[in-house]
Amino acid sequence: MMKMINERKQPQGSRWERFLKWLNGESPIEYKSSPEWHLTDEELEEKFREDMEHAEKVHKEEERLYKRYQQWPDKKGIPLYERIYRFFAVAVCLIVMVSLLFTVAGLLEFGNPDNPVNNEVSRRYIEEGLQETGAVNIVTGMILDYRAFDTFGESHVLFIAATCVFMILRVGIGKEKNIEDEKAREQENDRLYEPKNDKILQKVAFIIVPIIFIFGIYVILFGHLGPGGGFSGGAIIGAGLILYLEAYGFKKTQRFFTLKTFRVVSLSGLLTYAAAKSYSFYTGANHIESIIPLGTPGHILSSGLILVLNICVGAVVACTMYGFYVLFRKGDF
Amino acid sequence: MKLIEFILLGFLILCAITTCLSKNLLTSVVIFMSYSLIMAIIWFLLQSPDLAITEAAVGAGVTSILFFVTFKKIGAMKGDDDEDDK
Repeated sequence: MMKMINERKQPQGSRWERFLKWLNGESPIEYKSSPEWHLTDEELEEKFREDMEHAEKVHKEEERLYKRYQQWPDKKGIPLYERIYRFFAVAVCLIVMVSLLFTVAGLLEFGNPDNPVNNEVSRRYIEEGLQETGAVNIVTGMILDYRAFDTFGESHVLFIAATCVFMILRVGIGKEKNIEDEKAREQENDRLYEPKNDKILQKVAFIIVPIIFIFGIYVILFGHLGPGGGFSGGAIIGAGLILYLEAYGFKKTQRFFTLKTFRVVSLSGLLTYAAAKSYSFYTGANHIESIIPLGTPGHILSSGLILVLNICVGAVVACTMYGFYVLFRKGDF
Repeated sequence: MKLIEFILLGFLILCAITTCLSKNLLTSVVIFMSYSLIMAIIWFLLQSPDLAITEAAVGAGVTSILFFVTFKKIGAMKGDDDEDDK
């Protein structure tokens, strides 16, 4: 049976057989004598002419093909590409959509007490957070005590973002003085016509900005007692600064906020944060009793380091928000 | 209360879609601003007022202002030139 199959698969003289023979070097080498060997001159000439005609034909054919090849991208290539592109765009969108929807459908039910999220970690945060951190606001206790390292990283992300914007958007110092064209100078630096002296804006800012500042400071200082914290308060103060700048122009804000202020405040905020958290990590890892008192929950001066950290984060965030705006506006402080 | 939440969520989706679809960049940013405000209200209804404050300050305030400043820089704000001509 096997033999038969083998024989049928490899009939004598088949291509496969010949290929194998060629591969093994067994194929007989045939020396064909040139057919033109015994031709007369006339026949040779005839053959030469035929060859030339054939070559010309092939050449013409090749030219035609080359022309078609050249025109192909314009005539058919781009429409084909567009069609494929559209098809793939829709397909990729559909695949992503379906996979995301499947993931969402596979999520656990919201608020189910049996979810794996409700493990001993969150229970401990809720039950013993007040004693361990001294913060009435559990969320602040979590993000600035248990998970203070995350918040440290977030503050650094903000600082690095501000630094990158500064590097990218900063225009050269002294460049604006050499620009003679009025329009170019205006484009380079749109604070030339400031302050715009918009009466409504200035009056509203006059009333609202102090309230915004006080609210921001309140949110920062009471971060461990009520809703809020460093990030929210810092964002509020930054927004207030932006409003003040928009109403009164750069000359007024430059009296209290320059590049030096930005540098000093951001750096000292981050360094204070790092020092405070280093101390608590050191004492925590070595089981040393921290000398920082937790205080009475509910008082402003309580909850150990959280108040200091809140102020640090708030300062960094406020500086970053305002710095972003100023850098976007004129590319320099 | 449930009804208000559903209405807000509907508005949220509407805002998200119109932000993508609107042709004018300025309109997009304004709609995006309203998206952030609705999101802030939803955060408040979900009992996380600190997130609501942050969303209102960052999402509706600072981000949109940065967008506006960028538009002014790249000249995408239409109407600026008309005012100059007058």
